[in-house]
Amino acid sequence: MSYQSLVLVKQVPDTANISGDVMKPDGTVNRGKLPAIFNPEDKVALELALQLRERFGGSVKVVTMGPPKASELLRECLYLGADEAFLVSDRKFAGADTLATSYVLAETINSIGPFDVIFAGRQAIDGDTAQVGPQTAEKLGIPQVTYTQEIIDAKKDTLTIKRKIDGGYEIIKAKTPLLITVIKDAAVPRPFKAKRVMAYKNAKTLMELEAMAEENSLLWSDQLKDEYVAKKLFIETLTIDDLNVEVERCGLHGSPTKVHKVESVVLGSSDHVQIEPTKEGLGILVDKLMEDHIFG
Amino acid sequence: MKNKQHEVWVFIEQRAGKAADVSFELLSKGRKLAETLKGTLKAVVIGHQMDEISQRCFLFGAKEVLLVDHPELKIYNTLPYARIMSELVDKHQPRIVLFGATFIGRDLAPRVASHTKSGLTADCTDLQISDVTYMRKDYPQLLLQIRPAFGGNILATIITPENPVQMATVREGVMEMHPLDTPVKGKITEIPFKEDPTDKLVQIIEQHREENKVNLKAAPIIVAGGYGMGSKEDFGLLHELADVIGGEVAGSRAAVDAGFVEHARQVGQTGVTVRPKLYIAVAISGAIQHRAGMDESNKIIAINNDPEAPIFDICHYGIVGDAKEVIPMLIDVYKHKLK
Repeated sequence: MSYQSLVLVKQVPDTANISGDVMKPDGTVNRGKLPAIFNPEDKVALELALQLRERFGGSVKVVTMGPPKASELLRECLYLGADEAFLVSDRKFAGADTLATSYVLAETINSIGPFDVIFAGRQAIDGDTAQVGPQTAEKLGIPQVTYTQEIIDAKKDTLTIKRKIDGGYEIIKAKTPLLITVIKDAAVPRPFKAKRVMAYKNAKTLMELEAMAEENSLLWSDQLKDEYVAKKLFIETLTIDDLNVEVERCGLHGSPTKVHKVESVVLGSSDHVQIEPTKEGLGILVDKLMEDHIFG
Repeated sequence: MKNKQHEVWVFIEQRAGKAADVSFELLSKGRKLAETLKGTLKAVVIGHQMDEISQRCFLFGAKEVLLVDHPELKIYNTLPYARIMSELVDKHQPRIVLFGATFIGRDLAPRVASHTKSGLTADCTDLQISDVTYMRKDYPQLLLQIRPAFGGNILATIITPENPVQMATVREGVMEMHPLDTPVKGKITEIPFKEDPTDKLVQIIEQHREENKVNLKAAPIIVAGGYGMGSKEDFGLLHELADVIGGEVAGSRAAVDAGFVEHARQVGQTGVTVRPKLYIAVAISGAIQHRAGMDESNKIIAINNDPEAPIFDICHYGIVGDAKEVIPMLIDVYKHKLK
């Protein structure tokens, strides 16, 4: 039995490495200043999908919804071993919360599927919500297995999975088609294969081909597309017109949650008691804590 | 709007028949929200042999328990639980639904929100009710869902202005538990369970749980170290200090990730939330994710060699210095004073 897999991936700002000029004075984030990286747990999800393909056969496709720049991420997926990559990109999808995101992703999957197993990282480091996976599964009407640690076995339409629960783990058997979200320690992502980097470094999305055509009056984007498809270097690109979606359920408009206010967490100066790092200073501190009946 | 009743619901989470603390923390918070809304607090209990847990909800102010009790529901399983919860939300349209931001809550809530097309905010650290003007329109008594975002560098207030149902998950230990002196004389409404073929798509074969031996929440003194401790060996200094002053050792996420200390001792947004009498933060810079787990400590001592570290903004006593020098000195001084 082989499995047709899809991995949901996302390019995220590297929130773990935020430097001074990234935060604007008004407390909002200057996303342009942050390096964009492969969401760590999505990379682990891709690794798990590749391992499933190696063990049981099948294929691994990847999809991302994001700005045109997210093509970088899709090329990385191809370097790592994905068979095919899809970019879902449209201005009308911008500003989506998890509900609107999962709606577009589910319709994308309906359009490019079907798949036996859909993989996703547990959560993305820019939002940390862990909601898109389960919400996509719900919209597709398939089961979900969150916090996956290990795919123990796969037999026909049943996967045996170890998943994390509060205070331990559980072993479950789940029927395909299903969606699984993957935690960081489920696998160690492999490095790029040099041969694949050479093969796919020129893979391009429709937007990138259009940009090339704009820069060079001798090139036509339709012609370029045919050429890239023939060379197997075309990254399939879906816009709102390619999907069976209602526009009012997409993007900011289709998002029930709204950001009302953001505050920078840089706090004002505090009025704490400064203690000198000397025996005398620490002596004063210990005395105070004894007076307060915290010590002693 | 269909939901005139202003009901506030809390999903009561149980693991192998044992109720999770977070459920009662949420009932305590939910009671205040319901009071502000002049609404009703209700608990949703799903499981098997849930009598005791249902009764306990009244002690935390629930006026009604919606109970779905069936042997098939003994252990949490996504599909049947999500189906039951979604049907209840669809039918009754509560104004607010709260879940613990636990493995179960974060598995269940998004599925229910997707089905009912509700807004859902993950990992809130505070909830308030307020009138809001959004896009030049007035919305009375919205739920302000406050959470750290963007790796903890900003604090975002999320609202769900147009949807009838506002959902949020809240981390364990963030809200305080406040039992009433006398339980509410509430009612239990039993809702029959109808099996569905999809319930069996995922079957739980076995579960393993280890009782958490570390109980940071109950420790009066916590000595916590960050990545700045440098190594597991130097982290040993903190164990020494904790032994001497009678505290528990904890760590920031970075310290846990670096392997200096085990995950069960992680304090912060993705770890435990603590409120000890004394919290000593050593070589912890004080990112908001960490502060979210400890900033309500009674007294905070910060020791850090960087005078600009944000931890100094929330501490009561600040010591600028190298932990490897300050900690042994502190142990000495303490022992000397105690003599």
